[in-house]
Amino acid sequence: MPHTNALYGPLDPAPDAGYENPPPRMGFFTDTSVCIGCKACEVACKEWNGVPESGLDLLGMSYDNTGALTANSWRHVAFVEQPRSAGWATPAFAGDPDGPAISPVTAAVGARTSTDTGTDPGLDTGSPAAAARMSGGPEFLGMPGAQPPGRGTGEEGRTDFRWLMMSDVCKHCTHAACLDVCPTGSLFRTEFGTVVVQEDICNGCGYCISACPYGVIDQRKDDGRAWKCTLCYDRLGAGMTPACAQACPTESIQYGPLDELRERAAARVETLHERGVPEARLYGHDPNDGVGGDGAFFLLLDEPEVYGLPPDPIVTTRDLPKMWKRAGLAAVTMALATAVAFLGRRR
Amino acid sequence: MTDETPSNEPVGARFREFQAGLDQPDGQRHRKPRRKGGDGEQLTVPPAEFASYYGRPVLKPPVWKYDIAGYLFTGGLAAGGALIGAGAQLTGRPGLRTVGRWTALGGVAASTYLLVHDLGRPSRFHHMLRVAKVTSPMSVGTWILAAFGPLAGVAAVAELAPLLPQHGVLGLARRIAPPIGTVAGLAAAATAPALATYTGVLLADTAVPSWHDAYPSLPFVFAGSALAAASGVGLIAAPAAETAPLRRLVLAAAAIELGGGHRLERQGLTSEPYTQGRSGRLVKAGRALLAVGTATALVSRRSRVLSVLSGAALVASSVATRFGVFEAGRVSARDPKYTVVPQRERLAESRSTTPV
Ligand code: SF4
Ligand code: SF4
Repeated sequence: MPHTNALYGPLDPAPDAGYENPPPRMGFFTDTSVCIGCKACEVACKEWNGVPESGLDLLGMSYDNTGALTANSWRHVAFVEQPRSAGWATPAFAGDPDGPAISPVTAAVGARTSTDTGTDPGLDTGSPAAAARMSGGPEFLGMPGAQPPGRGTGEEGRTDFRWLMMSDVCKHCTHAACLDVCPTGSLFRTEFGTVVVQEDICNGCGYCISACPYGVIDQRKDDGRAWKCTLCYDRLGAGMTPACAQACPTESIQYGPLDELRERAAARVETLHERGVPEARLYGHDPNDGVGGDGAFFLLLDEPEVYGLPPDPIVTTRDLPKMWKRAGLAAVTMALATAVAFLGRRR
Repeated sequence: MTDETPSNEPVGARFREFQAGLDQPDGQRHRKPRRKGGDGEQLTVPPAEFASYYGRPVLKPPVWKYDIAGYLFTGGLAAGGALIGAGAQLTGRPGLRTVGRWTALGGVAASTYLLVHDLGRPSRFHHMLRVAKVTSPMSVGTWILAAFGPLAGVAAVAELAPLLPQHGVLGLARRIAPPIGTVAGLAAAATAPALATYTGVLLADTAVPSWHDAYPSLPFVFAGSALAAASGVGLIAAPAAETAPLRRLVLAAAAIELGGGHRLERQGLTSEPYTQGRSGRLVKAGRALLAVGTATALVSRRSRVLSVLSGAALVASSVATRFGVFEAGRVSARDPKYTVVPQRERLAESRSTTPV
């Protein structure tokens, strides 16, 4: 008898998948407030998991030259430059040879860049108009400024700037659309509640790629199969910490039992609020959200979409019973229409 | 949205390009007019308000190639063919029966080829048969096809019986083939409606905004489109004396497709790709051809030429509709607007209704 929440709502995924007495659900808590953008996670992941190179180019997206999560990048560090105060009075970019902070113009160019990640769809280009707006920060929505921040006011005035960094990863959803739609059973739920692709089973049908509400999973061009973060299933089995969390020098990436991480995250948000960072918020921590909560969740300093995350994802399979009903209705209509057409007059 | 494929300029070329642009006194980027699809103008257009990460898509657009759009058509054609074949069989219209059965076999053979060809690992197509999952419309579809394909094949091959000699072993085959064909044809027709409509769920059960939001409509659009296409083939190929039911069927098909599909344009922001751009033009062309094909079919009773013309319009309508819907989904996944804005609206709504 499937769980009443099998498609939607809070659920412990490993027992639901049939494991008896599974270990506690393991996951990631990525605290972006301490991320320094060193990309050690990206590198450690590639090394441990033997992930192929994913293109080499300067994308014009701040220090982000990875661009997106792809089949060849299972961790992706996002960089957002915003003309907003982060509470420090250091002049932004004083004497920086890289020039000014992001402007609508540079962001628009950034949106048009890409690099051959060796995957499909890989790093898709974006909408320049939409990108141009991001540099204004949320309060400037729809009004791209004509000037890069600080220009015109002199560098002493450039204190109104902050840099957001965030190491993104597969969310290991409680209700993982990728897994639900996989027609080969290649994607499966591990005893740790994580979601893993079996590369010897995947036939590259690509269904998971359209189903993921976070745009995580992607296909390698050379071998045609889908690849994504495994939450280092091999290391977990040996009682080890995943490579990215192990490598992170600031403990921005924390690994552990999900219950514990959720408590720790709640405490961290409280601390940040006390310290005058009211914009700190959790993302993906709530078992009542549209995907039943993420196994890998985040502490963000701005709206999710600023980091390229969907603000309110809902697993597509929530509506699946209704979809099958509509299809059934359409099928019956079709059969009846044919019957009526043939039962009519002979000529 | 630019459709430019990334060029293979040397590393850092684009970065240097916009660095150079920034040195212009007004801070605006001055660059040589590029290949088509330049975005200079888009920057001045006041856009819908939403935040994004460098305008990049939140989702990964479908990796399905046009194979799948083609399959939507051929699969529907096969299903419609099987239904028509069975109807003709039960009402004693042998010519139409033959056309229906061959349409079913041709459609399902093409479908199988397209589906396998679209896989990243075609040699592993049989991995689909490892499991049966109702949560995966693709798995359900695989099993529907696995049932439908052989039945349609047997029914069509049974049509060859009259070519066999009268006597001997083959003569026996000649006699038993028709009843076997009858059973197979009816069984294929029984699975046909599922084959034609599950594809609506196949597309809708994704994160692709324009497909997912269209889940109430897609099965009906595809059901109508399937009947229209198969009736079109019948109008072209079947003996004129047997096509009376097809004219009624075309009318029903148009009613199902247009009635079930009118909501495509009324699902909010994610309707846009069904009405704008190339995808919108294809959807509109599909509707127009359907209307023309249906009207022509109704007056074509005495004219072979008009029958053929209407049939061609109906088949073309189905192709246009399938490619239009397919393309609309891809467009909606590639623009972060269609992901972020509806989700934001949903959040705003739930926040205003639930007191904090
Ligand atoms: S984030 Fe995407 S790829 Fe990862 S588990 Fe969820 S649906 Fe699957
Ligand atoms: S591409 Fe592979 S992992 Fe993804 S749904 Fe298809 S078979 Fe499953």
